[in-house]
Amino acid sequence: MNLHEYQARALLKAVGIPMFEGDVASTPTEAEAIARRIGGTVVIKAQVHAGGRGKAGGVKLARNPSEAADEAAKILGMTIKGLTVHRVLVVPAAEIATESYVGLIMDRETQRPVYMVSSAGGVDIEEVAAKTPEKIVRLPVDPTSGLFPHQALRLAFVLYRDFAQVKAAAKIMEQLYEAFVSNGASLAEINPLVTTPDGRVLALDAKIVIDDNELFWRPDLGVLRDDSAEEPSEAAARRANLSFIKLDGNVGCVVNGAGLAMATMDLVKYYGGEPANFLDIGGSSSPEKVINALKIITADPHVKAILFNIFGGITRTDDVANGIVAATRQFKVDVPIVIRLTGTNEVEAIRILEGVGMRALSDMDQAVQQVVQLARAAA
Amino acid sequence: MSIFVDRSTRLIVQGITGREGSFHSRQMLEYGTALVAGVTPGKGGQTFEGKVPVFNTVEEAVRTTGANASVIYVPPMAAGAAVVEAADAGVPLIVCITEGIPVMHMSRAMPFVRGRGVRLIGPNCPGLIAPGVRAKVGIIPGNICTPGRVGMVSRSGTLTYEVVNHLTRAGIGQSTCVGIGGDPIIGTNFIDCLRAFQEDPETDAIVVIGEIGGTDEQNAAACVKAEITKPVVGFIAGQTAPKGRRMGHAGAIISGSSGTAEEKLAAFEAAGIAIMRRPVDVVEQLRKHL
Repeated sequence: MNLHEYQARALLKAVGIPMFEGDVASTPTEAEAIARRIGGTVVIKAQVHAGGRGKAGGVKLARNPSEAADEAAKILGMTIKGLTVHRVLVVPAAEIATESYVGLIMDRETQRPVYMVSSAGGVDIEEVAAKTPEKIVRLPVDPTSGLFPHQALRLAFVLYRDFAQVKAAAKIMEQLYEAFVSNGASLAEINPLVTTPDGRVLALDAKIVIDDNELFWRPDLGVLRDDSAEEPSEAAARRANLSFIKLDGNVGCVVNGAGLAMATMDLVKYYGGEPANFLDIGGSSSPEKVINALKIITADPHVKAILFNIFGGITRTDDVANGIVAATRQFKVDVPIVIRLTGTNEVEAIRILEGVGMRALSDMDQAVQQVVQLARAAA
Repeated sequence: MSIFVDRSTRLIVQGITGREGSFHSRQMLEYGTALVAGVTPGKGGQTFEGKVPVFNTVEEAVRTTGANASVIYVPPMAAGAAVVEAADAGVPLIVCITEGIPVMHMSRAMPFVRGRGVRLIGPNCPGLIAPGVRAKVGIIPGNICTPGRVGMVSRSGTLTYEVVNHLTRAGIGQSTCVGIGGDPIIGTNFIDCLRAFQEDPETDAIVVIGEIGGTDEQNAAACVKAEITKPVVGFIAGQTAPKGRRMGHAGAIISGSSGTAEEKLAAFEAAGIAIMRRPVDVVEQLRKHL
């Protein structure tokens, strides 16, 4: 789960990381009040889950409170990469001496949190990593013992010469590690970490991604989710416990298992079709999940045909069959449905479907070819 | 023969009294797995299905029954601790089926598991099955498998079933099918399985089923090139996946240039792995190379 910048700032502030003061506003009046409190020139930043906010006109300078209101009015409600801006962050336009990068990521390769720091901050860190990897210092942290003081110091010495600044940065390294662990993050980033002309070290921008698996037992983090920052059909799917991603094609896909779902999309493409979505109904099935899946897929007007591809293991194919029958009774499905199912309780599933005049195929290739043809005929 | 499990495998089920644990324990018993004990804290002294003793701790279960493998079905928040408990009891093979374990829990468990020198398969995996010795540890349906000489290793669940099903229907049996799991942090990886299949005298060819995200398939390809003399057939799921999106598995994240299907397929091809464009192609590719 991605957090907005203002939410990430709050988590970093909670562990004591120094930052310029600033606050979030959802109206121009609120933005004006914050700008007045801060005093001087401020920056108004759109809070959306999209990169390139500046280029899209979502980051503006305002020299006084009334300008802050004007700029906020322009940014609030604007669309950046398909996402509507509902909030802006107002922070001072402070003078900056240096910019560095500090990131902490859960690394698959070493299976532990890895610190990455670079004095080449403020720019695209991926570009630095690609072109001049020697400018990024990496340090894996043993999660059982945590970040040792000497490791924090070593990271800080990569960034600064002045010992007062080194000590300040080392403290921030320890605090960021604490925020990473205590919030179950898979990424925590300060970019840039800045120094001011008078020598202070502060976090200017923050990005935090929370491991979705933590949310189950951390309702305090779950409330930070911003539904309006997601594709509406994807938010609906998540609430129905379905793993769903909307795509641009016209063949709707309902599959059990992420690997099989991806292989199904690939096969649709292989036979000349375009998948409309990725949808994994998960392991344990229930007729209700199937109903929700069909609701979400049929809401997309581009979908011309729907494919069910179910390989029963834990998933009982009769549950899926019951779900299909129940859904088609609850609401009208205007597009043709091709059903492929095999595995656990398939005899029962076929009987259920035949009872309402539906057919089930047992072969994946045959089913995909059929649904691609139907979608093409309807397009 | 088989890898990781054989006729001497004596299995514990952690979470045997739970909904998933009890369902799959019955299936494992039915298949013929030597399921010798269950563990559920607080339910020690009970018996499962009238024949499998239930213990409070893994240590007690191992001491009493001489078990040498454990499969974990406990809920996500307790599963990382269950892995550590099994490792602490010295269980040499631990298979964790549980999906949804916080990555930090696994990150903390792994140094301990490695320190004990035990093998962990998973988490978030379907487990493994060796049809020739009737050993099923996990949730792979037994009825779609048949004994034979093809080794299979996969990051997926149901996609593995799809490919195994094609093999079985074509009369090509399997020595062992291993699902290594789709999480960012897993115990046993492709390379561990490739090496074990290479050493297994009763495996003649290997099928590798990968997916987008991470670099495990690229590492596997490098291993095949350097060490594996048996024919290898490979598949990558997610060729049509949009970049930067998570597709169910935490593992299936494409970030930057490392992790796309094209990159993985190119690595496979460069290593001499025969590419399956569709799951059904596994049959033709194996016949060509066997």
